[in-house]
Amino acid sequence: MNLTKSFKTATAGLVGVMALMSANVQAATELKVYTALESEQLRPYAKAFNQQYPDIKIKWVRDSTGIVTAKLLAEKNNPQADVIWGLAATSLLVLKDQDMLQPYAPKGLEKLSPKFRDKAATPSWVGMDAWMASLCFNTIEAKKLGLPKPTSWEDLTKPVYRGHVVMPNPASSGTGFLDVSSWLQLFGEDKGWDYMDRLHNNIARYTHSGSKPCKLAAAGEAPIGISFAYRGASLKEKGAPLDVIYPQEGLGWDMGAASIVKGTNNLDAAQKLMDFAVSKEANKLYSKSFAVVAYPGVAQPIPHFPVDAERLMMNNDFEWSASNRKQILSTWQSRYDSKSEPK
Amino acid sequence: MSGMASDHLSGGFQNKELEEQGAIKADKVRLSRQDYIQRAAVLLAVLFLFVALILPLGTMPIKSLQNAEGDFIGLANFASYISNPALFQSVLNSLQIALISTGVVLTLAFLFAYGLTRTCMPGKKTLRALTLLPLFAPSLLPAISLIYLLGNQGIFKEVLMGASVYGPIGIVIGMCFWVFPHVLMIMVTALSNSDARLYEAAQVMKASPLRTFFTVTLPSAKYGLISAGFVAFTLVITDFGVPKVIGGDFKVLATDIYKQVVGQQNFQMGAVVSVILLLPAVFSFAADRLVQKKQVAMLSARAVPYIPKPNPVKDNLFLAICLLVVSAILLVIGTAAYASFVSFWPYNMELSLQHYDFESVGSSWDYYFNSIEMAVWVALIGTGIVFFNAYLVEKGRAFEPVRNLLHLMAMIPMAVPGMVLGLAYIFFFNQPDNPLNFIYATMAILVLNSVVHFYTVCHLTSVTALKQIDGEFESVSASLKIPFYVTFWRITLPVSLPAVLEISVYLFVNAMTTVSAVIFIYSSDTMLASISVLNMDEAGNTASAAGMGVLILLTCLTVKGLHWLLSQQILGLTQGWRNR
Repeated sequence: MNLTKSFKTATAGLVGVMALMSANVQAATELKVYTALESEQLRPYAKAFNQQYPDIKIKWVRDSTGIVTAKLLAEKNNPQADVIWGLAATSLLVLKDQDMLQPYAPKGLEKLSPKFRDKAATPSWVGMDAWMASLCFNTIEAKKLGLPKPTSWEDLTKPVYRGHVVMPNPASSGTGFLDVSSWLQLFGEDKGWDYMDRLHNNIARYTHSGSKPCKLAAAGEAPIGISFAYRGASLKEKGAPLDVIYPQEGLGWDMGAASIVKGTNNLDAAQKLMDFAVSKEANKLYSKSFAVVAYPGVAQPIPHFPVDAERLMMNNDFEWSASNRKQILSTWQSRYDSKSEPK
Repeated sequence: MSGMASDHLSGGFQNKELEEQGAIKADKVRLSRQDYIQRAAVLLAVLFLFVALILPLGTMPIKSLQNAEGDFIGLANFASYISNPALFQSVLNSLQIALISTGVVLTLAFLFAYGLTRTCMPGKKTLRALTLLPLFAPSLLPAISLIYLLGNQGIFKEVLMGASVYGPIGIVIGMCFWVFPHVLMIMVTALSNSDARLYEAAQVMKASPLRTFFTVTLPSAKYGLISAGFVAFTLVITDFGVPKVIGGDFKVLATDIYKQVVGQQNFQMGAVVSVILLLPAVFSFAADRLVQKKQVAMLSARAVPYIPKPNPVKDNLFLAICLLVVSAILLVIGTAAYASFVSFWPYNMELSLQHYDFESVGSSWDYYFNSIEMAVWVALIGTGIVFFNAYLVEKGRAFEPVRNLLHLMAMIPMAVPGMVLGLAYIFFFNQPDNPLNFIYATMAILVLNSVVHFYTVCHLTSVTALKQIDGEFESVSASLKIPFYVTFWRITLPVSLPAVLEISVYLFVNAMTTVSAVIFIYSSDTMLASISVLNMDEAGNTASAAGMGVLILLTCLTVKGLHWLLSQQILGLTQGWRNR
């Protein structure tokens, strides 16, 4: 019967199609790379890498720092990622503690400044760049509201700013976490929490991502966003009426870092990516968004960046931040989470 | 629903079998081969829903009773959920939002439907068509639009008199916009089915218009109203897009699931919130079914359809109301479209295409094409599966209890919130020892999930269309020993083509716009446009998010337009018999 036949063919076709859609077409080696890089950085980074290694395809999985960290920890027993490229060093230290990183000394490691690498002879992670806290201050909206320009963290707790400050949620955002951990280090633990209690009164909302407070400030939705310098500078470049401010008590900062995930099936390709991540060329890429990078002599001034960044960068104890991360976040959540936006 | 028809059919079949005892043996063998094929098809259909719906959902209560290591810990997760005041607050918030939105949207939709069915106002068709617009965009879009309309830099922010749109106000407005067309459809149907004789009686008895309204109009539309209320309530309480974008610090259940699962990778707590979220949805679903059953005998065969008479005051009043509602809809959509072209809201209002350069904000046009690919697959595969399964339920002759089971299973997806289904898919398909594990993180799982997610409405549409076809076709075919699938292919399918087309467009549009279920199961290769709207908004690239939302809207409208053109053609070819 013709129709029986065509019906069968159709069914077979359907099954075939489902199978095809689910099959992974694997021509080159694919590396699953987990990252918290800014989304607009992904394409240029992968492109530069592929110029040297055209046979290795990068498959990005991107989210905010806290999410990527939580995802990696959740997948501990069945790791999905091959490489981590562009995640906060404080997060990588947590993963190292869990024995989830594969030590490897990339080619050219010795050229990096010693601050920017795991201290072990064969490092578990290598640094890429440093990003630092800063305030995005919308001058137009501030004028309308009669807000003076804040110059310090302490200023932000003044009653005049009530409901006008937006900051990232430290549980999801790496920028948010470096803010909180830096206040605890700068002011001491008790005074740090006391500071956040007072700051909390002025916070309009806690955002999911670290760049959103600055974008909200740029769009005038909130006059002040606690964010990071690169985001403020790039938005100013696009025409936002922003001042990028470094609070004078000192700047929290964190390091963008890279590592191989233990248990990867693509160790060879992963090592090549690590080799690239410490190269001068890669550092030149980093320097487009970061005033301080791992490879000495590469960094150059970025338009709209305040100049004295390195002087203001506090002496950050990453080990302390990493080992207390869980505790800090759970305290923070129990105190302030009610004002947090979903996720 | 299908009970009567199938009783009759299977009864007929048994009689036939009795009659044929003693007939030529070869024929009997032939018939039972037919029977076997049909039984196999029914079993396959049940198996499909069992694997794609029941088993995944079954993992949800199990996970909610486990800790992160997978050990059974009883109700400990629920206890810790309820004892956390911040989390429990979400339950109250969700209920509050759902009740307010339902109240507002019922009132508006009732007025609108009244205008459409009970007055002689002009432009009914256009007004009706415009109210459908919100269906063609993700629920994220109205919320994004509200930022531009009522946000701190919004065009009309003064309307709120200093109150913030981020929170309950924004959520309620966004929800009303998004839910309105769903509710309106039910209202129009409810108000259409009324008996003019009652109004004549009221007139004869000199009842005042107000009294007539309360004693005739409202009671006759009662069941429709209740049903619309339940639909609105369920949609609001389970929607995730609106509160995600405009909710600010106002937490609701749907965003809690997302926060627990994606934000903190706390799958067990996600399962707990899912189970809690299932309760109101299942309750309102069951209540709605109950009400539907009662309505059956409302309209007797002797009823005379009500035809409104012109009444300038009434007509103009309702025209004004309807125009107001439609303007609001157009304003919301227009603002999103406009904002996507503005260079830098609010400081540089020059128009440009820069926000459609999705690559520059880490999104991609690829995601848009992924969405189209997925929507096409969902429409093709979904329509095939749902319609054929509905045919088995409605016209099949074998395995009556199993067919009833199939019908019952087909009703379940309606009561399952998308987020719960999505999370269930992670739990079920991501187990390494699941033989279907290979579809995880592929396009196939997105397609499968979406087909199941939107199954019920398609099933009901199919069943309604199939009921219009006389069961005699099957009986005659059976006596002529024509296999059922030939009857299906030659008669049932062509006759039901309008319904089939409608189902495929419904599936396409929903696959394009859905966020809630797919948010948990997309992978880096199968990123979708609707999800990227969410991600771009989350990262603060609101204008690009609006742009992608508008693209989705335009795509769905185009498909709807094509559908309209196509159905004009096909109706001429296959439906000529209807107006002989």
